[in-house]
Amino acid sequence: MWQWIKTLYHRLGSPKWFYDITNRWIPWLVAFSAIGAAVGLVWGLAYAPADYQQGNSFRIIYIHVPAALISQSAYLMMAVAGAVFLIWRMKMAAWVARVIAPIGASFCLIALLTGAIWGQPTWGTWWVWDARLTSMLLLLFLFFGVMALQQAMETEEAGHKASAILALVGVVNIPIIKYSVEWWNTLHQPATLKLTEKPSMHPDMLIPLLIMIATTYVFFALLVILRTRNEILWHERKRSWVKQLLEN
Amino acid sequence: MSLVVATLKRDLLLAARNPGEWANPLMFFLMVAAMFPLAVDPDPKFLSKISGGVIWVAALLATLLSLDALYKADVEDGTLEQWLASGESLYALALVKALVHWCISGLPLTLMSPVLGMMLSLPNEAYWALVLSLAVGTPVLSLLGAVGAALTAGVRSGGLLLSLLILPLYVPVLIFAASAVYHAGIGMQYNGQIGFLGALLALAMCLTPFASAAALKLNLSR
Repeated sequence: MWQWIKTLYHRLGSPKWFYDITNRWIPWLVAFSAIGAAVGLVWGLAYAPADYQQGNSFRIIYIHVPAALISQSAYLMMAVAGAVFLIWRMKMAAWVARVIAPIGASFCLIALLTGAIWGQPTWGTWWVWDARLTSMLLLLFLFFGVMALQQAMETEEAGHKASAILALVGVVNIPIIKYSVEWWNTLHQPATLKLTEKPSMHPDMLIPLLIMIATTYVFFALLVILRTRNEILWHERKRSWVKQLLEN
Repeated sequence: MSLVVATLKRDLLLAARNPGEWANPLMFFLMVAAMFPLAVDPDPKFLSKISGGVIWVAALLATLLSLDALYKADVEDGTLEQWLASGESLYALALVKALVHWCISGLPLTLMSPVLGMMLSLPNEAYWALVLSLAVGTPVLSLLGAVGAALTAGVRSGGLLLSLLILPLYVPVLIFAASAVYHAGIGMQYNGQIGFLGALLALAMCLTPFASAAALKLNLSR
């Protein structure tokens, strides 16, 4: 098992190997995302029972929760990829980290927007300085910071290193930010609105949600792989295997 | 070790001979705080509620303003290369730079904060909380900010970028500090919040110099 992981790790460092292997994965990922989205969305939007308090407006949960979960995982993955790059100088890791930043930021933005759309009918307001909302907003700023730093550096190599360092500092800070915001909120205003602590979900609502979460993770992987392949083609454009590939 | 002491002395001397370095952030601090009553509401009752938060936001912005220059001169005139060549650890340099930055920004801010408190009609009970929270919290700002300063030292117009990178990371300090002042003002215990600030300080002292050192090396490899 360990040997297998090691071989996989070394192979992942090779852009050509990654390009070739993902070529075979992509159809499966596309199929899984499409089927998962179809099943999860239809089940969630049409067949799941309406919430006893929120009626039909709760159905946005099937996009909102997966997006929020994935934006947080994306930051973590970006930091891990950055660490791999800093420690083992693996170029592929730097490319993956760079590719994740805008995708993670997009999911973060989706979570914030769908949250606002959900908040309007249930809370009567687009935005509350609630702990969850505030920490998501700060996560978005952290993504923006990583992207801005990458752009600002003169060389690409420096951009990779700088944003990796920043992502690692950020990853230490994320739990601190999260808890500080939560405590601040409970200190200042009594919890009048609690979105997250609902009575345990009915399976008819929960299963489509779980399907959507799994699907969105696969979709996220697909996006990362597709963009990493672009990155590979661009960086390896002078290599013979890419030239051959483009000629065919 | 002597190099650390020498750098500490040199930077403090430089700051002493160039008063703008420590006076400008102080003036900025004062002015930002003065804008709030003008813009929001000069009513003392209202001010006493928000004064702790206002002073803390002003302190945070003043710290950011003075951070930009932290490593710029050292990167440009080759001091950083000499330091690396000397074999002294960059961790020590990062720690000493953050300490100097605190001495010329956070410390004067802390000392001046009671005056601002008076101007903003801070409740009498909250003065100690304000001074304590600034004394423990501003070193965290210097340490975290030094990472950003090291990352952006080689970037043109890095100051704005620095604020963008570092402000989200300042949120925990801001929250605990402002909450300490607010709670002291309404006559409640605030040692919990000060304790959290102390924990953040300990964490920042252990971890941020590593990040700063890595970022400084990045500036040298270009």
